[in-house]
Amino acid sequence: MGGYIPSPDTERREMLAALGLESASDLFSHIPGGVKLSAPLDLPGGKSELEVRREVSALAARNTVFPTVLRGAGAYRHYIPSVVKYIPAKEEFLTAYTPYQAEISQGILQAIFEYQTMICELTGMDVSNASVYDGASAAAEAAAMCRERKRTKTLVSAAASPETIATLRTYSEGAGAEVVLIPAPEGKTDPSALVALLDGETACVYIQQPNFFGLLEPCEALAAATHTAGAKFVMGVNPISLGLIKSPSECGADVAVGEGQPLGLPLSWGGPYLGFMAASRALMRRLPGRLVGQTHDAEGNRVFVLTLQAREQHIRREKAGSNICSNEALCALTAAVYMAAMGPGGVKDAASQSVSKAHYLAGRLCRIPGVSLAYPGEFFHEFVTTLPVSRETALAALEKGGILGGLPVDRGLLWCVTEVVSRAELDKTAEILEEVCRK
Amino acid sequence: MHFPENLQYSESHEWVSFSEDKTALVGLTDYAQHELGDLVFVTLPEEGDGVTAGDPFGEVESVKAVSEVLSPVTGVVLEINVALQDSPASINESPYEAWFVRVGEITGKVRLMNASEYEAFVEGK
Amino acid sequence: MKLLFEKSLPGSCGRYLPDSDVPEYALPEDALRKTPPALPELSETELSRHYSALSRRTYGVNCGFYPLGSCTMKYNPRINEELAALPGFTEVHPLQPEHTVSGCRAVLDLAEDALCRVTGMDAMSFQPAAGAHGEFTGLLLIRAYHRARGDFKRMKILVPDSAHGTNPASAAMAGFDVVNLPSREDGLVDLDALRRAAGEDTAGLMLTNPNTLGLFDTGIREIADIVHEAGGLLYYDGANLNAVLGVARPGDMGFDVVHLNLHKTFSTPHGGGGPGSGPVGCKEALRPYLPASRLAGAVSPESIGQVRAFHGNFLVVVRALAYLLSLGSDGLLEASETAVLNANYLLHRLSPKYKAAYSGRCMHEFVLTLEDLKSETGVSALDLAKALADRGIHPPTMYFPLIVHEALMLEPTETETKETLDEAADLFLELYKAAHDRPELLKNAPLNTPVRRPDEVAAARNPVLRYTPGEAAQE
Repeated sequence: MGGYIPSPDTERREMLAALGLESASDLFSHIPGGVKLSAPLDLPGGKSELEVRREVSALAARNTVFPTVLRGAGAYRHYIPSVVKYIPAKEEFLTAYTPYQAEISQGILQAIFEYQTMICELTGMDVSNASVYDGASAAAEAAAMCRERKRTKTLVSAAASPETIATLRTYSEGAGAEVVLIPAPEGKTDPSALVALLDGETACVYIQQPNFFGLLEPCEALAAATHTAGAKFVMGVNPISLGLIKSPSECGADVAVGEGQPLGLPLSWGGPYLGFMAASRALMRRLPGRLVGQTHDAEGNRVFVLTLQAREQHIRREKAGSNICSNEALCALTAAVYMAAMGPGGVKDAASQSVSKAHYLAGRLCRIPGVSLAYPGEFFHEFVTTLPVSRETALAALEKGGILGGLPVDRGLLWCVTEVVSRAELDKTAEILEEVCRK
Repeated sequence: MHFPENLQYSESHEWVSFSEDKTALVGLTDYAQHELGDLVFVTLPEEGDGVTAGDPFGEVESVKAVSEVLSPVTGVVLEINVALQDSPASINESPYEAWFVRVGEITGKVRLMNASEYEAFVEGK
Repeated sequence: MKLLFEKSLPGSCGRYLPDSDVPEYALPEDALRKTPPALPELSETELSRHYSALSRRTYGVNCGFYPLGSCTMKYNPRINEELAALPGFTEVHPLQPEHTVSGCRAVLDLAEDALCRVTGMDAMSFQPAAGAHGEFTGLLLIRAYHRARGDFKRMKILVPDSAHGTNPASAAMAGFDVVNLPSREDGLVDLDALRRAAGEDTAGLMLTNPNTLGLFDTGIREIADIVHEAGGLLYYDGANLNAVLGVARPGDMGFDVVHLNLHKTFSTPHGGGGPGSGPVGCKEALRPYLPASRLAGAVSPESIGQVRAFHGNFLVVVRALAYLLSLGSDGLLEASETAVLNANYLLHRLSPKYKAAYSGRCMHEFVLTLEDLKSETGVSALDLAKALADRGIHPPTMYFPLIVHEALMLEPTETETKETLDEAADLFLELYKAAHDRPELLKNAPLNTPVRRPDEVAAARNPVLRYTPGEAAQE
């Protein structure tokens, strides 16, 4: 029997007989004609596992896997310890549903509780939820959390990821709330423009740190200005960077969100990824999605449960703050294993090696005539350079060398370097580019 | 179940206590708290908000449900019982001390029952 | 069981990264955090054992019968996992140039083609990450459709009272007012109530068919006509598609937009709550409004924009494609036939004692009401669920749909044997008897699980959402 159906025909006939039916099609006799299909689905017949393996593997083989990736822009190739791949693949974690039945789900509940604690540690915030879809939707959910009766507008830095801005706009459009861009003329949010835009209708300000161009924003000053105007300060952060740079809570954020993919998840052409969300205690009940809390049972055992569920859609329906149900639990588990395996020292090391290598590449590239940093200011592990040749020419030459170069942006290429790239690869990149630019 | 004589009751299970100063305290009845079970969270309006007889002004949450609390009177919220937010359990423990709001400038009300009428009303449920 | 933090041994972490081979670049002091995050530090041995212990305290489909209604907990084939882990998929950056990702594009194209054939739709987007995300997206398509026609007054979405909570929540998020439609006594849509509710302010109707009661709404064509004549569109919640693969298609029923749950119908694992994938399919007229990634390429100017970054939960789509290829036309039909057969057989086995909330042929799931049992014995749906957990069966969905009192919703799926169904039925009947003879046994259940019933009231009154060193050192 194909289709992973374990019961043989004989058994199915027995069951049909018990129901007084002759064939499986009798089960659908009440479905009206015109609705019921009169012919089989126009699809090929089922295939053996070997055939499926061949077919799908051939599709994977059509993609180019670049040995060297110097592109980030929201998705980052970091080193993933082997153990981080194996633990989430354990079949109990993999095949469980949402842990609504706490007594037989303590494992996944505890794992999420530990994840929430680590996200709190990383961001410095008081509370974390159990995850949302990705960093962009986390930003959109954060804006929704901050909306109040009279304050509905979101100000978002023009130096945030275009994907995040687009997602924020889609969600806000649904809610009928305004999204206004804060100009970032030199690659960084303009503080005076922010002050000018803040008004009594502003619910929150969203700043990405490091921003889309890799630059470090003056978040403490931006947060102070935001709070003076009575609005909430939301930071979108790269979790790896938090091993090294100021946490959102040190900057004064009310909500911290981000894309958790750098924490042990492969690039995977964009998903599944992990949206993390953390907030101050005052905003705890505004957090969307699931929350795991600690309590006890009748025997005094420490027990973990899904809690504050009356905020959620299955109870509050159209009055819920968010419609989220399925989240990215297994990705949150992966991130937790990654953080625990690396430890605070390992995360910091990944962050500081990425910073050092990015600066090494920037230094090498900027020695090429016509190549220079497009924006002033400190950057983390991404930076934009100008080019004396077309971006396509440069990228094609790098591709021949097995290198995925920076992402084309207005002023040139947006490069990213992480700890997995060796000095030799960076030197090779600079040499290829030098060659191209000389022509 | 206990229904004090000095209070008036709505069909949606709120109690009202009218004071001589023309204001009224509003809370949930013993019957309501019993039906709702252990309450874990309370949402209150803001002072100065207008309330309308028969319309919701707040919410109470149990672990698996959320219910609106309807105002028995039309008027303006003068005071809210902030202490409820820290101890929603007090609604279960002493429902007639756990008032939600004090309403003033009262201009209307829903049909209200006295204690014995209300007792008969909930027995019919 | 101890938490990772309680097992932490400073200095015991494994060595995963080499020393840096470039000069160190020091960011300015004022950019740096003052205290490091207190992440746990464990050796790989301790870490592995910790999670092995946690996995033993977790119940998945591979642990036993999992008849969780509305969640379609079918077997998750291993080959799908292996194919989704191919480096040709996992090592591809989402913003690689188009000519280097033709395999990824082909995965989406093949999945789109197959799923459009299954649903009777014309186009599909894989950007939505889950069912609720798909609902939100689909409703924005409906909104965009009306607005593009200059029709701004259609701001109401009709939702039956038996619907999943995500339906009204998604409608509200998309900016619509929700109109709840009461179900008829037989659990189906009340056509008269629908006629009264549908009008020139109706943007659309959200429906799942079979509905959440496990009943196929045979009036679906009339429902569609009523909504279409009023100028609205029909939205299909694909949560229950596992009942009708190869039997009936939403497109033929009259639906204009659908979302699918690849993590239900198409066998991708739930992962303890996610990641899922909630592709949205639509008829030709709605195609221009589908979402797409802005950085990754051209987006139609009429698109609703994007609902998240990049291309969606791509690896979940790889798994679903492998499943679609494995089953093919014949296998999909067989899956639905068997799912519906298993549900009807289980209901038949239970019916001597348990009462279905609605009579009539069920599809892939059914809802029991334990109202009578509760009034006779005091044993509630919750008590019975906990007693089932004690005996190694994952409890059914409890207290849903909201319109059924003391509801238990069972969905056995097609990947269970008759023997499993018989054993489950025997246990249900045994517990029915126990409820009458020794109700306290059920009220105290579970006794044999790693922990007993949690104090959920305490959890909600004083939320403890993270570990804090020194606090609550209880075990």
